[in-house]
Amino acid sequence: MKIPDITELALRNLRESMLRNSLTTVGISVGVASLVAMLSLGIGLQQLASRRLVKSGLFDTIIVTSRRDLRGRDEDRNAPLPGESRILDEGARQEIERVPNVIEAYPDIRFVTELRFDDKPHLTVISALPSSAKSNDAFEGMQGRFFSSDGAAEVILQKSFAEELLGKAPARGTPEPNVRDLASPLLGKELVMRYAQRAPSQSQPASGTAKVGSPGFGALDDSSYSVVSREQTLKIVGVCDLDPESMRGPTRAKVFLPLKLAESLHVMQPTDLREVSRGPNEQPVYSSVSARVKSPAQIQAVEDAIKKMGFTTFSLLDASQSLRTFFKVLDLFLGIFGSLALAVASIGIVNTLVMAILERRREIGVMKAIGASDGDVKKLFFAEAGAMGILGGFTGVALGWAIGRVINLGTNIYLKRQSLPPDNFWSVPWWLVLSAIGFSFIVSLISGLYPAGRAARLDPVQALRYE
Amino acid sequence: MGETLIRAVDGVSIAIRPGEFVALLGSSGSGKSSLLNLIAGLDRPTSGSVVVQDRDLAKLSREELAKYRLLVVGMVFQSFNLIANMTLAENVELPLRFAEVDRGLRDDLARQALERVGLRARMNHRPSELSGGEQQRAALARALINRPKILLADEPTGNLDSHTGTEIMDMVRQFNRELGMTVVMVTHERPLAERYAQRMIFLADGKLMDDRPNSVSAGNIRGEA
Repeated sequence: MKIPDITELALRNLRESMLRNSLTTVGISVGVASLVAMLSLGIGLQQLASRRLVKSGLFDTIIVTSRRDLRGRDEDRNAPLPGESRILDEGARQEIERVPNVIEAYPDIRFVTELRFDDKPHLTVISALPSSAKSNDAFEGMQGRFFSSDGAAEVILQKSFAEELLGKAPARGTPEPNVRDLASPLLGKELVMRYAQRAPSQSQPASGTAKVGSPGFGALDDSSYSVVSREQTLKIVGVCDLDPESMRGPTRAKVFLPLKLAESLHVMQPTDLREVSRGPNEQPVYSSVSARVKSPAQIQAVEDAIKKMGFTTFSLLDASQSLRTFFKVLDLFLGIFGSLALAVASIGIVNTLVMAILERRREIGVMKAIGASDGDVKKLFFAEAGAMGILGGFTGVALGWAIGRVINLGTNIYLKRQSLPPDNFWSVPWWLVLSAIGFSFIVSLISGLYPAGRAARLDPVQALRYE
Repeated sequence: MGETLIRAVDGVSIAIRPGEFVALLGSSGSGKSSLLNLIAGLDRPTSGSVVVQDRDLAKLSREELAKYRLLVVGMVFQSFNLIANMTLAENVELPLRFAEVDRGLRDDLARQALERVGLRARMNHRPSELSGGEQQRAALARALINRPKILLADEPTGNLDSHTGTEIMDMVRQFNRELGMTVVMVTHERPLAERYAQRMIFLADGKLMDDRPNSVSAGNIRGEA
């Protein structure tokens, strides 16, 4: 028999005992629904967690330093010795950026300096942010806005520094101030940053300069430079609630500048003193470079590649890896629980079809007598099982989708009551839809195996005698 | 359960020529239906052979037997055995589905077959909406749809009144004569056999009792001579 004929006959047979077959199909769809609901929640939670992790920037950033820097010397014995290590200059930064899976590599510009606000000086750590940092989770809930351009004379403050500027020392036991209250008196105001500029010694020394040269006697060679005291006015555009640099521990900055602006200022950095010993160098030299990698999974490979180039690297251990394992196991368990309902439903299919054989025994006998082969009968029962599977699969996915939605909605209402931000815990990717329907189809076919075989083996003479 | 082997058909040796109209006679349990089932390829002999068109049915695979039932023989039954949830047209074209005939051709053939048995107007009715005679006519149309060489009938008039029975039997005889179809009919009604068959085979307890040409039948040329 041809497939369209088989399908047509199967659907006709299903329609004949409508109630029983619908109930069986409902059984399957409940099974599929529980599978889809469970897995969609599992997947949703996983996506939520990894979305947070990736956005936090904690696990996709590698900090690259030269071995000439003292950092990390004792941590990695296989790293090149300080003397052999390369200089981390602009060329090296570009080279790092070309490593596969690196999205960008930007220099870390970080210095301690004085900011004047309301004529009061405040000493703090300042660091520069590339424009890509805008998507960082730490800027969620920020008041004001991100830098208007990469070179704008603008500044974003961390909440704790904003408190300091406003003279609100954090008192013990009092609740953390709302970032909105801190931001309103500050946004749009101006700060004056005083800093030491590193200028080539050829330029006219301004007042208050000091000359720094190579240790020893070559005080006037090419590598010497002057340090000039400068001022820069900055507009406060944002106050952020969270801490964008939480991974840096005590050296984390409280005040952020756009990267291009920071580069153009040529601020004297602590590492500059060591770098003068390197001889002539026209390119800017960085104390460290941050490389952003596409996904946490690629950190290790990228780190290895950068180490081969002769630099020291530092990254947080990929915590998302164990998280992914956790979610794999969670999904597996949820999947098993979901499948249990489908397993029960598959018994329903077996039952329904075995009943159908008993009922249609005579009909099977007639079909065989007028020329149906064993294969025809088998295919017919298979098709009936498969049709129930597909039908149950489709309705089940829809039902599971709805259940997941309701759970998500309910959770969000709960979160709202707890004054927590709502989020999406639930995700039905297209592969889940397809594989749920496919799985339901396959389970149904397997359930049809026994009844179909039994129907096919039916002895036509006995079947015809059956009343 | 203490099963004992019952020889339903025992040592029966007959030869039926193409185009013959044969009646298998005997009381119930005589083995006439079992013999018909053997010829129909629904059953297989435990020993011996059933040779149809030079092929021994006992040696065919299940698949080949199904093909044989589909293409070589057509069957009608006492209880008509139409499939209840299908219309007459669908019932009649069912063997064509098994033979994988294309839909368009199938519809035409089914219509023609129903036309031949005078049920064209009823083709979209379900069997339950028809009388017994009409149902048996539809069953005949179904049996003939694949143009088989042999028509096997198991008490075809058993559930019909005598008038309708005659109508059906006239139709069977017409097929026998016009299409040159071999007909093997099981019946326990001797008058029916005498009226239509050319040859009568008597069975009792699975054994062949008598095998003789019908001297009464109008269909028998020798009988008429």
